Amino acid sequence: MTSSKLDAHIPEGHMAEKWSKYRSTVHLVNPANKRHLEVIVVGSGLAGASAAATLAELGYKVKVFCFQDSARRAHSIAAQGGINAAKNYQNDGDSVYRLFYDTVKGGDYRSREANTHRLAEVSGNIIDQCVAQGVPFAREYGGLLSNRSFGGVLVQRTFYAAGQTGQQLLLGAYSALMRQVGTGAIKMYARHEMLDIVNIDGKCRGIIARNLITGELERHFGHAVLLCSGGYGNVYYLSTNAMGSNVTAAWKAHKKGAFFGNPCYTQIHPTCIPVSGDHQSKLTLMSESLRNDGRIWVPKKKEDAEAIRAGKLNPNDIKPDDRDYYLERRYPAYGNLVPRDVASRAAKERCDAGFGVNATGEAVFLDFAYNLRYKYGQMEATKHGIENPTEQQLFDLGKEVVKEKYGNLFDMYKQITGVDPYHNPMMIYPAVHYTMGGLWVDYNLMTTVPGLYALGEANFSDHGANRLGASALMQGLADGYFVIPYTIGDYLSHEIGTKAISTDHEAFVEAENGVKEKLNKLMNVKGTKSVDHFHKKLGKIMWEKCGMARNASGLKEAITEIQELRKQFWADVRIPGEQNEFNPELEKAGRVADFLELGELMCMDALQRNESCGGHFREEYQTEEGEAKRDDENFAFVSAWERTGDNQWTMHKEELKFEYIKIAQRSYK
Amino acid sequence: MNITLKVWRQKNSKERGRFETYHVKDVSADMSFLEMFDVLNEDLITEGKEPIAFDHDCREGICGMCSMYINGRPHGPLQGVTTCQLHMRSFKDGDTIVVEPWRAAAFPVIKDLAVDRSSFDRIMAAGGFVSVNTGNAQDANSILIPKTDADLAFESAACIGCGACVAACKNSSAMLFVSAKVSQLALLPQGQVERHERVISMVNQMDEEGFGSCTNTGACEAECPKNISVENIARLNREYLSAKIAK
Ligand SMILES: Cc1cc2nc3c(=O)[nH]c(=O)nc-3n(C[C@H](O)[C@H](O)[C@H](O)COP(=O)(O)OP(=O)(O)OC[C@H]3O[C@@H](n4cnc5c(N)ncnc54)[C@H](O)[C@@H]3O)c2cc1C
Ligand code: SF4
Ligand code: FES
Repeated sequence: MTSSKLDAHIPEGHMAEKWSKYRSTVHLVNPANKRHLEVIVVGSGLAGASAAATLAELGYKVKVFCFQDSARRAHSIAAQGGINAAKNYQNDGDSVYRLFYDTVKGGDYRSREANTHRLAEVSGNIIDQCVAQGVPFAREYGGLLSNRSFGGVLVQRTFYAAGQTGQQLLLGAYSALMRQVGTGAIKMYARHEMLDIVNIDGKCRGIIARNLITGELERHFGHAVLLCSGGYGNVYYLSTNAMGSNVTAAWKAHKKGAFFGNPCYTQIHPTCIPVSGDHQSKLTLMSESLRNDGRIWVPKKKEDAEAIRAGKLNPNDIKPDDRDYYLERRYPAYGNLVPRDVASRAAKERCDAGFGVNATGEAVFLDFAYNLRYKYGQMEATKHGIENPTEQQLFDLGKEVVKEKYGNLFDMYKQITGVDPYHNPMMIYPAVHYTMGGLWVDYNLMTTVPGLYALGEANFSDHGANRLGASALMQGLADGYFVIPYTIGDYLSHEIGTKAISTDHEAFVEAENGVKEKLNKLMNVKGTKSVDHFHKKLGKIMWEKCGMARNASGLKEAITEIQELRKQFWADVRIPGEQNEFNPELEKAGRVADFLELGELMCMDALQRNESCGGHFREEYQTEEGEAKRDDENFAFVSAWERTGDNQWTMHKEELKFEYIKIAQRSYK
Repeated sequence: MNITLKVWRQKNSKERGRFETYHVKDVSADMSFLEMFDVLNEDLITEGKEPIAFDHDCREGICGMCSMYINGRPHGPLQGVTTCQLHMRSFKDGDTIVVEPWRAAAFPVIKDLAVDRSSFDRIMAAGGFVSVNTGNAQDANSILIPKTDADLAFESAACIGCGACVAACKNSSAMLFVSAKVSQLALLPQGQVERHERVISMVNQMDEEGFGSCTNTGACEAECPKNISVENIARLNREYLSAKIAK
């Protein structure tokens, strides 16, 4: 059933041996030849920085591009909670197989087994590598590494550095990157935005980038190009992503032949700070790790919920019996640690039913009072030999422990909401967070364009229809440190005879002209409305009709509305300033123009998938208890979209075969 | 509330800048400082004027991109808070707020409030790393690190590279930034092998970039949004001295 246009190149052999066999038989490039091979890396997040550093260490000539003013500011920096690895340091039954299994199950059986298994296999090496670089992970008193739990699993395998794990991992990868910049093996292009790829004779051979300070267009040649450009959650306008996160790099590649995989799979994260008003520019995540110690609830009685909303009742005054710990009630086995898609839908269900607790009715409580006092406070009291501690003593002692674990998150919450979460339950609501969809890649991480690779969040590969917490950092670093250094050799070993192609080649000229034309077109609309005006409108359509719950008629409406909005954008957007200068509005305009095309494809993908799986919940397909209802007979495939013309696509299928894990109904009860 | 802003406008690094005054109406206390700028920019665009350029990305206080000098203080009035995490509830109706870019020779202005901090990257490239190629690492738990050292190293590693310390310093010294990285690696066993080389290379690069010297006034610590301690500077000085002696 798999389309003839898609070959995942999965190695033969038993699952547990595929990767090791691949590594020992893959073609290698002689060190002397590596110096003549040039690789372009777009993106300096975990995936890009780790790939670039490793390839430079191997001897390739590398160029790295990012749009921020420094590689260290890539969006990976914002990841909070942690990174998974099957180290089994806690001796609690973890193993490569279990991490593999949890990831496939967590992804609702919509990921490719071979890739996911490889991810689990290399996970342990990642922690080793990061520690060697000096990443200061949290430790126990004995000097060993500490672990915490994340959703969707029953073992403790998450490594962390307070609520700043992404920061510490990225600074580690950035330091490896800068070391190579120092030796001259990598040339870094910060404040540059890639605006097209260049294909020559069917292979990707370079990119066109815009220098964001001067506005100049530049041509760069590479024997291979790696897109490590992150996720596209900002198509919803409001998300937990950084303001600049975008789909542009992936989208330009898509337009030049790279198929887009599972575009409709988006992750809505259950614990984010709710929207406070129309001025809202982004949403802030409160890490999943908080669900280790926080209990999620809403009032049992509607009148209590109404009183809280009206500001007449303090939630601390509601008795335990009058609280509905709905996750613990519905999913006793996993409780507050169910996967994200399940937790988000459950929050929406309670709020839709009228139990929401903030002014807009779209918030639930995440409450630390219990663990703070009776778990940590009590533990510390016992440690210090305090018998019969007072409530105040328990609070003070517990607060210190909670502060150490989550201090930066609690500070951030207070800064944004003005409410102190040590004394009051946090208010949270689901928000767009991560995109499982992305460029379709084979086992080598190569897209359907030879020589063009996609790594990290930019590809579709390992998480199926729902990503488990602490797995994106793992995937980004796995792709960059341990996968691409091998798989790229398979391709480049055939390229040693290819001399660097001059950027005067007509393909470069043509691509640059195309970019110039597009920029001119944007500047020349000279309409009346700002870029944000259109972005907000698109976000609203996407959130309402292609968000946490979707249905066929809504998706059809969304498609028409997006087409209409796209027309308005090209007729009425206003971009001040000039093209050949530092112009943030022009940058935004280009990104929103691409989102306006992607949005339509996401809706089309959601519409064709007549089932519910993971983050993709089609209201027509649910069980009597309101759980997602998959259709394995008809939808156990990856949808890979080929662009055939302006906003026209054909869908190809990659059939998913489950040979090592029995496909089953996902249950967390 | 209604706010008056006096904002530094400068077309590019070559032209001279000046302050412009703007009035922003109906500012809500829940808005972040940057969201107020979004609203102002939206108005400017609608009026056919050029919006104010400023750097920002994560808006969560972690990427280090935002960089506004607000009423004479980098990142504004609060202790331990970046510009993007500053909210309008820290101001009151009728306030006039003066906003400037970071000012330092090593941070030239690109446009309006955006400056060029690539000098920080060059300092890092000079030595802010442990030289360990991918694939060479031993099992993570075979390196035991006392929790207190790990915690201290983490505190230094929390620096977001924003440059507020430089902007706050009357000498435009980058000592707090450099010392945070030197400290992190000096505190960990992984950083021992290269500790002498590292501190010397990083300090040399810092001098080459045109940052001023440190006269221990402590303005950097007071304005650092991540509460990086000046103890790091003392540690850097010790590292530097012992590296020089060893040479
Ligand atoms: C708030 C938050 C918290 C998170 N917490 C966790 C967590 O605890 N654990 C976990 O596992 N995951 C977490 N995630 C997810 C995880 O952080 C991301 O999926 C991951 O970091 C993505 O890494 P990346 O390298 O693929 O891309 P990014 O880090 O997003 O990097 C993208 C890079 O591409 C560059 N780029 C993009 N487009 C262009 C272009 N056109 N031209 C040039 N450069 C371009 C950017 O400049 C940037 O350098 C979190 C995500 C968010 C939003
Ligand atoms: S030391 Fe503080 S002020 Fe200086 S760059 Fe680091 S975080 Fe910013
Ligand atoms: S925008 Fe990232 S720290 Fe302020």
